Amino acid sequence: MALDTVAIAKTNPDTKQPFAELGLKADEYARIKEILGRRPTSSELAMYSVMWSEHCSYKSSKVHLKQFGDKAVKTDALLVGIGENAGVVDVGQGYAVTFKIESHNHPSFVEPYQGAATGVGGIVRDILTMGARPIAIMDPLRFGPADAPDTRRVLPGIIAGVGGYGNCLGLPNIGGEVVFDETYIGNPLVNALCVGVMKHSDIKLAKAAGAGNLVVLYGAKTGGDGIGGVSVLASETFDATGPAKRPAVQVGDPFVEKVLIECSLEIFAEDLVVGIQDLGGAGLSCATSELASGGSGGMKVELDRVPLRDATLSPEEILMSESQERMCAIVEPKHIDRFLEICKKWDVTVTVIGEVTDGERLEITWHGELIVDVPPRTVAHDGPVYNRPLGKPDYIDRVNAEIINVPRPETADQIKDTVLKLAATPNLADKSWVTSQYDRYVQGNTIQSQPDDSGMVRIDEKTNLGVAIATDANANWSYLNPYEGAKLALAEAARNIATAGAKPLAVTNCLNFGSPEDPGVMWQFAESVRGLADGCFEMGLPVTGGNVSFYNQTGSVAILPTPVIGVLGVINDVRTRTPMSFDRAGLELFLLGDTEDDLAGSEWAYMHGQRGGKAPIADLQREMRLIDLLVAGRTSQIFTAAHDLSQGGLSATLTEMVLRHNVGANIAIENVGTTLISESPGRVVVAVEPTKAAALLALAAKQQITITKIGATGGDSLVINGADISLSELRKAHTETFEKLFG
Amino acid sequence: MKVGVVTFPGTLDDRDAARAATHAGTTAVSLWHNDADLKGVDAVILPGGFSYGDYLRCGAISRFAPVMEKVIDAANGGMPLLGICNGFQVLCEAHLLPGALTRNHELHFLCRDQQLEITNNQTAWTSAFTVGQKIVIPLKNGEGSFQCDDATLAMLEGEGRVIARYVGDNPNGSRNKIAGITNERGNVVGLMPHPEHAIDTLTGPTADGLAFFTSVLTAMVK
Repeated sequence: MALDTVAIAKTNPDTKQPFAELGLKADEYARIKEILGRRPTSSELAMYSVMWSEHCSYKSSKVHLKQFGDKAVKTDALLVGIGENAGVVDVGQGYAVTFKIESHNHPSFVEPYQGAATGVGGIVRDILTMGARPIAIMDPLRFGPADAPDTRRVLPGIIAGVGGYGNCLGLPNIGGEVVFDETYIGNPLVNALCVGVMKHSDIKLAKAAGAGNLVVLYGAKTGGDGIGGVSVLASETFDATGPAKRPAVQVGDPFVEKVLIECSLEIFAEDLVVGIQDLGGAGLSCATSELASGGSGGMKVELDRVPLRDATLSPEEILMSESQERMCAIVEPKHIDRFLEICKKWDVTVTVIGEVTDGERLEITWHGELIVDVPPRTVAHDGPVYNRPLGKPDYIDRVNAEIINVPRPETADQIKDTVLKLAATPNLADKSWVTSQYDRYVQGNTIQSQPDDSGMVRIDEKTNLGVAIATDANANWSYLNPYEGAKLALAEAARNIATAGAKPLAVTNCLNFGSPEDPGVMWQFAESVRGLADGCFEMGLPVTGGNVSFYNQTGSVAILPTPVIGVLGVINDVRTRTPMSFDRAGLELFLLGDTEDDLAGSEWAYMHGQRGGKAPIADLQREMRLIDLLVAGRTSQIFTAAHDLSQGGLSATLTEMVLRHNVGANIAIENVGTTLISESPGRVVVAVEPTKAAALLALAAKQQITITKIGATGGDSLVINGADISLSELRKAHTETFEKLFG
Repeated sequence: MKVGVVTFPGTLDDRDAARAATHAGTTAVSLWHNDADLKGVDAVILPGGFSYGDYLRCGAISRFAPVMEKVIDAANGGMPLLGICNGFQVLCEAHLLPGALTRNHELHFLCRDQQLEITNNQTAWTSAFTVGQKIVIPLKNGEGSFQCDDATLAMLEGEGRVIARYVGDNPNGSRNKIAGITNERGNVVGLMPHPEHAIDTLTGPTADGLAFFTSVLTAMVK
């Protein structure tokens, strides 16, 4: 194809352009022409198409996501908010922490290993870009039914990809989720979270300020992989008759990224950059337009200087390529020699590709010919915004009216059978088969990881300051009531870090939904965002950033609405954390919180083929009092252990507690048919020394949290109302599921 | 007493190894793969990771790094040298230790708390243990299966050069459940599991790993 330049675009205004094939609608194409006052060149068209894709422009979600800002509580803890590569929060002692989740769902379905691996790589670069050393990752995952043939194809590859990339970067994997549901069969969800730490003064932003400053591309060479990844893969529903999408999945090399991390941190430590941006979705199109619009002036780039892996790539392809492990920095000329020197030390390829100008345009040339001449904001920020039609789907009232009519466990045999079945069901079974493929020890600061309620890492070896993070989504509840579902997921994530005694500080999210062109899906999305924004406002927690993944559907079947919520908290001394379980007999066990007949959307109901009924209503005031209780109990060292109740209710929580250190418990509960399996939110089991029981009761009274003594620790069995389940039998049920399915 | 910790591109556990050496009472000194300079250290640790991306074979490229020439010379002169995980692979590639580390028999990366039995406390890195002592430290590798020919295996066993064995099921298919070996002189040790991740119970499963690093302090004082 002949080179299409700005000059040619002016003289040949009527050339037919493949905007539809690049994912642009006719009115979007018309808008580009209006902005430019002419037809775009093919390179400009490539840039607009990727940057205006759903994945990059948030065109369907923007009008809703605004609420995270509008409803936000003012907090001094938020150092950098939404809009940058990741939000940054103050955790005290001069430290700032940045964290974010992103999805890599579609690529992981097409090519599980590389899709998952590059998902990890992308989020780690976002964190690095803020100036932080990445210190841990987490991976909430969702798959089709555990025994489905395609799950056997997708799951091992995704787990190996998350592990292969994260392990090789030297990042401990400190938690996540593995959940199965038939709606994810053609749409597995691969969400990856990364957290990083830095000093306040080290925060870096994506801006290209200062005319004459240099635009420097460093890291891997640019290849033909991932071209159109965001516009084609992440923003369209799969169609069985369409062409193979494999070339659109990026291929990662974690070794290059590890070196890039160390090289970048050394560059940051010497304060050699004015602004920085990683190259992820939309590659150079994104990096150049975002850096230019983040600064005050314009930018000139000589595209032919970009080092290539494949010399035949066209300028359009170079602009769209999503080759991994690349960064773009803005460097003052006086620092460039030192910058190049550090890159040389780490054997990192580095090239000056352009400079910041005092103009207002982003101008890109190819061997001297002008091929892009655009106002950068129009590419990066002024994409189309859709107020898509939404409507409450028909199914809501129908499923809300359903009554769960399964016999409850009442007799000793039924109790035992229920506990063993819940322990073994894939959603609740031991996940060691997965987590043992991840390095949780590297960096030597991991305090908690799976199967703990939250991941926790130490960030200062002298003061023992640490952070805790949990991610949660309850798609069953979001299906029944997306507004409450989002609030409940927020509450659960916050509770999961509070059980260890950490104080919740900030929120991130990854919102996974079906097609935004379906009004029912759009309604689920809008309700989820409204619920999360209201919930964060009520709990006083800022949303620091997030990610939206639409088009997770196969044909007309959308995934369950799956808003994954991540909460980050701080703990002043990790040595005083409350562990998840007990390692000795003679402790008293208490249940904190109220148990209602909440079986709608429960794992027990799902196990019996039912998912109707009404989701619980979140009581966030009570959740906050419970969190205060948990943090106070940790500070005054009342608890020996604390563990959250969620999917699988009391049955699952007790199973995990007794198996952790192989110490049994004797439990006596009222109304066992409900208490054992209900998933009422806002509940925690705590273990205390008998001498601490009075202090615990006083604390519960002060916070007005219902407290019920349910038993004591000890023995070789989990005994519930006389039903005796030996730990060996329970362990077998809990641990053999994954081994049988995937081992 | 100074312990050098080598960083290759792709090394991951260098800071952990330095922390462990410091906890044991030595001074940790950072050594760069591209500098043929041991900075006057009294012992060297080759830490875990994926040096040079494990391209070609694990440890195959690192073995040729400029610093390795000095390390090999010093080890042949009796300096204590410990290779952990990827470091063990480098030692085998450098022929300071016999055998090779191959893909785990179940073909997965495996990270778990692993029980070991110490079988030789006459080396520079194991003198603080007793023979038969059971310890638990993290194991984390994808290519940790120790393999060698029958003659080499007989020699290692015959000369008591196996320093630790896995207890319970074999995690990676290593011959004779070998977790670590030493050279004839006892100054060079290769170990697949990670003692540097078990120096306190806050961050590790136990503090059992610390004794590897206090052992070398004793060896250096001698």
